[in-house]
Amino acid sequence: MPRFLELWIESLPRLLTALVEMTVPLSLLSFAIALVIAVVVALARLYAPAPLKALAWMYVQVFRGTPLVVQLFIVYFGLPGVGIELAAFPAAVITLALNTGAYASEAVRASILSIPRGQFEAAQSLNLSRAATFRKVVAPQAMRIVLPPLANDFIDLVKGTSLVFAITLIDVFQVGRQIAAATYEPLIMYTEVALIYLALVSLLSLGQNQLEKKVSAHVR
Amino acid sequence: MSADDPLRVRGLRKTFGDLVALDDVSLDVERGTTSVLLGPSGSGKSTLLRCLNLLEKPDAGTIDLGEGPIEVGGKLTTARVREIRARSTMVFQQFNLFPHLTALGNVTLAPRENRGLSRQAAEQRGRELLEKVGLADKADSYPDRLSGGQQQRVAIARALAMDPDFLLFDEPTSALDPELAAEVVAVLSDLAAEHRTLVVVTHSLAFAKQVADRVLFLEDGKILQDGTPAEFFSSEDERLRRFREVISSV
Ligand SMILES: Nc1ncnc2c1ncn2[C@@H]1O[C@H](COP(=O)(O)OP(=O)(O)OP(=O)(O)O)[C@@H](O)[C@H]1O
Ligand SMILES: [Mg+2]
Repeated sequence: MPRFLELWIESLPRLLTALVEMTVPLSLLSFAIALVIAVVVALARLYAPAPLKALAWMYVQVFRGTPLVVQLFIVYFGLPGVGIELAAFPAAVITLALNTGAYASEAVRASILSIPRGQFEAAQSLNLSRAATFRKVVAPQAMRIVLPPLANDFIDLVKGTSLVFAITLIDVFQVGRQIAAATYEPLIMYTEVALIYLALVSLLSLGQNQLEKKVSAHVR
Repeated sequence: MSADDPLRVRGLRKTFGDLVALDDVSLDVERGTTSVLLGPSGSGKSTLLRCLNLLEKPDAGTIDLGEGPIEVGGKLTTARVREIRARSTMVFQQFNLFPHLTALGNVTLAPRENRGLSRQAAEQRGRELLEKVGLADKADSYPDRLSGGQQQRVAIARALAMDPDFLLFDEPTSALDPELAAEVVAVLSDLAAEHRTLVVVTHSLAFAKQVADRVLFLEDGKILQDGTPAEFFSSEDERLRRFREVISSV
């Protein structure tokens, strides 16, 4: 058996363990929170009174305008300086959620803006409440439009979790680093890590396709 | 109050910046009649309809739906707006159906949301209304799979499902080919024959002649003529004459 296959097989259990115990839950949890943030911030930017609108805009600017790794450092290493001490995992979740939430809020906002004005007017004329308009008219249509960019943001998030080794968390990438250092085989190990991310992202893309089909059922 | 009281509009004014779209418009709409709004492009026809439905917020004026005049120029609470809107429903030139819902879904959405009608009750009534507009077999079709004329008829069924006192139509056939427009006009004629209260903006003199009980002619945000179709078509007023000529020549 070639050396690389041998090493891949040997290291796979440890890598997959890290994937299942760290990378996947970190991604899912962060993305779930990011989605909530995205909707709230998008609605604030579209409909809130001016001060809130400005605040939402500032949030997006700050988290899109600074590198994720710097944000991780500020939250994990910096905040203790003002008395906010977070364990590494919650620090990572919060940072990733805030970071992805900023991008995703733009996708959500754009999807709402893309809905024709006639849809809102029809809802008004039928006397639907604002909440009903959002739930029954806006959200289902926005869903179809927002899905591709959101999937993109999710994929970025999954890959972004590889930075959490910098705040002491042991994810797929960190385990790969450890094995690479022990075996002196960085090329083989990092290639394996890359393939694991690729497989994970491919799985997500498949899920995206399924979802897109589902929310586009009404379009010829 | 009485269910037979006309809709009374007084002193309706709407400006867009410097532009006066509606200039002190007053009219009564008798229940059970069909009023047709005619006038050149930009004369304020759509704006008038939209103000009646409060899709556009008037600058000043009152609307009396039978319970006394309501000042619509001032600040209105959301509850008040919805109360006024509940009395009329608009049918749009571009149909504005909800593309993610079937024909039946479009018709049942508002009754279910606004009145808490059960799914079953809403669907039963929805199917009746679709049948009324000749689309019983299209209940489960999405708008994307319907012709323009069919879409507009679904939109009419959707409006009827709200049981409004007044149905407002803004050029309901302008986006349609002649034969599809005819389907929609047939439905409108049925509604008129049932003595529903209709206010229809149109460029079709034929429709005005055949269906209207009353013709209002708007120009520059003012009502120039308000009378029977016969009066409108025989008027020797220079502007009305020119309008009739221009419209019939297209
Ligand atoms: N939202 C708006 N903002 C600015 N101006 C507007 C707006 N809506 C309408 N107007 C202007 O108000 C005037 C009346 O417009 P309106 O749409 O009511 O005319 P109309 O009689 O329906 O014309 P058409 O036959 O072309 O539909 C026009 O000059 C139009 O440009
Ligand atoms: Mg118009």
